[in-house]
Parts: sequence; C-alpha cells; structure tokens
Amino acid sequence: MKISGKEIEHIATLARLYLQEEEKDLFGSQLSSILDYMDKLNELDTGDIEPTSHVLTLNNVMRADFLVDSIARQEALMNAPSRTEKFYRVPKIIE
Amino acid sequence: MTKIFTNQGGFLELYSLTISDIRELLKRKEISVIDVVNAVYRRIDAVEDRIKAFITITKEKSLEMAESAQKNINNDNAYLCGVPLAIKDNICTKGILTTCGSKILYNFIPPYESTVTSRLTENGYVLIGKTNLDEFAMGSSTENSGFHTTKNPWDLERIPGGSSGGSAAAVAADECIAALGSDTGGSIRQPAALSGVVGFKTTYGRVSRYGLIAFASSLDQIGPITKNVRDSAILLNVISGHDELDSTSAPLTVSDYTRVLGQDIKGMKIGVPGEYFIEGMDKEVEKAVRDALKKLESLGAIPVEISLPHTGYAVATYYVLATSEASSNLARYDGVRYGLRIEGKDLMEMYMNTRSQGFGAEVKRRIMIGTYALSSGYYEAYYRKAQQVRTLIKKDFEDAFKEVDVILTPTSPTATFKIGEKTAEPLQMYISDIFTISVNLAGVPAISIPCGFTSNNLPIGLQLIGSHFDEESILKVAYAYEQSTEWHKRKPIL
Repeated sequence: MKISGKEIEHIATLARLYLQEEEKDLFGSQLSSILDYMDKLNELDTGDIEPTSHVLTLNNVMRADFLVDSIARQEALMNAPSRTEKFYRVPKIIE
Repeated sequence: MTKIFTNQGGFLELYSLTISDIRELLKRKEISVIDVVNAVYRRIDAVEDRIKAFITITKEKSLEMAESAQKNINNDNAYLCGVPLAIKDNICTKGILTTCGSKILYNFIPPYESTVTSRLTENGYVLIGKTNLDEFAMGSSTENSGFHTTKNPWDLERIPGGSSGGSAAAVAADECIAALGSDTGGSIRQPAALSGVVGFKTTYGRVSRYGLIAFASSLDQIGPITKNVRDSAILLNVISGHDELDSTSAPLTVSDYTRVLGQDIKGMKIGVPGEYFIEGMDKEVEKAVRDALKKLESLGAIPVEISLPHTGYAVATYYVLATSEASSNLARYDGVRYGLRIEGKDLMEMYMNTRSQGFGAEVKRRIMIGTYALSSGYYEAYYRKAQQVRTLIKKDFEDAFKEVDVILTPTSPTATFKIGEKTAEPLQMYISDIFTISVNLAGVPAISIPCGFTSNNLPIGLQLIGSHFDEESILKVAYAYEQSTEWHKRKPIL
C-alpha cells in the first residue's frame, strides 16, 4: 500500500514531529513497505479470537489508601528545562 | 594483589572472573573489593577506546560503593557484595545520568532508583557505568544510539547486537563482571548471542519494570547478561520477585535459582520447532545448534519435533504492537518536564521542535508506524488484528509446553554482521530478530548461551525457551550444556 505525502504529513502532525522533505519521501516509502509486510497478518482468519493485550491474567491491584513518602517537589523539578519556583514553565498558551 | 594463580599454573586477571569466583575470593579475604574495582578500571582504560560499551562511566560512585561493600564483606546474604556490574542506560539510577541512548534525554538525572538497581544496591553491588543501547532500545545493533556505535569485542568492525549491545560488549570484553540489559523483542538474547555471552529474559512479570524507561510496556523485561549460567541464576535471585511499584509484576514467590544447577537432565524433553530451522539461515549457525542438540541428547535429554505454526507471523505482529505502544509511551517527551527542550513560538511548536530534533531516525520511524496503526480507521485492521494473532502465537507455546520441558532454537539466524550492513533497509534489520520476538509476544522466559563459533571466530548463540514462570528448567538444561562444553570459556583477543 502506497502512503501519500499528505498522509505522512498528517501522521507526523499527530505524532508531533516535523519532517524534512527528504524524510517525508524516505519514511513514505519505508512505511509503505513495512505496512505491506504487516498485511501478512490478514492471511489469518482471526474472527472470534480474543485479542491479547497482556500475557498474564491481571486483576485490579488494590491497596489501602494511605500516605507514603513521594519525591519532593524541588527534586521532581530538578530536570525541568525551565521552571519558576514550584512550577514547570512553558510558553504562553492563553492569548 | 590483582592476579589469581590457577592450579594449572597460569594466572587470571580479576576482571575476567565471574560473580561466584569474585564472591568466593572476597569471602576468603584473598582479595579486597578495591582490588576488583581497580582491575576492572584498568581493563576499561585498556580497551574501552576500541569497544565504546559505555555512555557514562561512574568511577567516583564505584569507589564510594566499593568502600561500603568492603565493610559489609562478611554478610552472607549480600549476594553481590563488591561485584562490579554495568547497567543498561535505560534503567534509572538515582542521581546518575540516564539517557536511554537518546539526545532527548541527554541530561536526564533520575530523581528515583529503579527497583532492580535498588535490589542490586541492597546486595552490595558496585556500579561501574551505564551502557550504550539503540535509542529507546529500538534496534538490533546499537547503531541507532544517539551517541555512538558499540563495537563487537570479537571483531571491531562488527556490531555487538542490540539493543543491549553495550552491556553484552562490556561483559564480553571483561569491562565489568556482569551486566543488566532489557529485552523487548530479543534485546538481551540477540546481543548475548552475537557477543558470545549468556543473556536471560525472564517470564513477563517476573522482574519489576519500575524505573525501566518504557518502550513497549507489554513486552519489556529486564534481565542479566553474564559470563556463565551460574551468574545468570545469581542475578535472577536478586532481581526477580513481586514489586508493588509495578502493577504488572507477578505476585509469585521466587525460589533459589542456583539450586537447580547441576541437576540431571536425563529424560527432559527438548522441543525442536521446524519453523526455526529455515531456508537461508546461516549453515554454520544451524550446524552449531544441531550439534548442541546432540550434546544434550548425549546427556540424556530427549529431542521432540514440535511445531509453532504461527512463527511466520511474529515479526509483523511484533512491529504493530511494539510501535503502537512506543508511540504512546514516547508521547511524554515534549520538552516540559525533563530532557531536551527546543523553544518555539508557541507550545505546539516547542513540542514539535523538541521531538523532531531530540529523536533519531529509527525512533521517529517507529513512532510514525505506531501512530498510523493506532490512528482513526486503522485501529481494527492493525492493532486489534495483531493482538488477536498474539493470542495464536501464545497458544502455540502453551500447546508445545504440554509436550516438552524446554524448546531449543538458534538465538539469531546469523552471527554478528558488519557495521552499516543493515542500516539502509529497516525491514532487514527487523527480520534479524525473527527467532527472539515470539518469546516476548508469548511472555515466556528464554536464555541465550554460547554454542560455538563460525569459521571467522564469531560467536553463535543457542536459545532455550521455557514455559511461563519455569525459569528453572531453562537454567537446568543451559547449565548442563555449558558444563559439558568449553565455549563460554573462550575470550576475545583485545
């Protein structure tokens, strides 16, 4: 299946990526061949087969609701590219 | 004192020893922790320029940890007291740079410790450094690392395998005593095979993923890369078991894995799946693996031909599921809370600039595939379909394990390949994981151990797969094989 340039741009935007023109061409053809390969799965009739999202049988894990130590705010902020006192700083989002 | 005389009259450098050797010598007070650590650093000084196994070397931290280990040396419960280990750089170590092989985390210093390294610390290990990997563990060669490519100690023009190529090369080159890696589609076993060491991926849920930087959460597992099977069992003893910080970790008790080592394998059934001995696989690899089967037969094991009929669909299934999970997991790298930020005129532009400049080509490619597979209109055709095929692949293994105790296959269809040989065509690189991927999809445990060398003196790996939570059968068979062969004793000449 050939993926159009427009489709590549759309996916890139969903993924929050800018692609250079040559990246668009390269990814376009590579994605097409990878997706063609994935179409192999359609050889199998999987009509009533349950999907596996997780290999082990998992149940909800419950615990008592009590307070435990967590990472201190200043420590949690240590890796922030930009911060002011207690907060992460980001570009203005409200006009 | 830095050299140990053997009863054959030769001597061994301390850095070439195993965990169990080192523990024995430390307990007998024949050496001190600092001797071991110094020996490892001498080795690193001598070979690391050529191997490039590490992203960060933590010498100051090593000396600090060595000092505290020495004080604790008589504590019999500290399995790793004074043992220098290397950790893959996608496992968070508090206060120590953890990059995941990506420029987007070039400066990330975790404010918390992963569960596995917490357990190593409780057991007195000495951290040597953080090892190189394909960016976000996406790759089979370390060529996708955001920093550099690691070289295979057996041939410096070849790749060490990946994504845990730094850990495998560091162990093979004796730059540490053992290491931890992580395995999503073969990333422990394939580099172990290609670098001539032992790599173990446990049952999904056996080892906590807390503090492992997520790639594909339903497939990722942390595991040991070691010089022999016993060391693998020792490290599993330390890192396995339930962790309340990981809701996918299995609430099961763990036995002492070293107990099964040396047990008789007579009468054990070894499954040989026809689908894993395919047209076009390397003849030398096939011969080495078939010889290994004969060896096990001579030890009393019984070969049984089996079929894993959906094997041919594993790579396609994996690349739908792993890329989908990755596209979701990697959404968090947006320049707000940690790592790289490239400013833009507004928030959206900042996100896009940061991600476009921070991620390498392979990571972008996988995010794109995953985003496509999960996007509106395609979810049923790709993601749900792949989850259904995953059920079939898992069932193949469940059926097989009704008849056999372990399954024997090659770890990789070829020995190590040349740097640059497979980078142009991503699909070719993906297909090199063909023998390891099904194991992650089914969630079963598997080991890779050395089983021979090609005529070019390149290592070949044997994969032994077990049923869910039956790590013991794998260790038992792997140990019996290892003890009756000499492959694991060969070292690359550096």
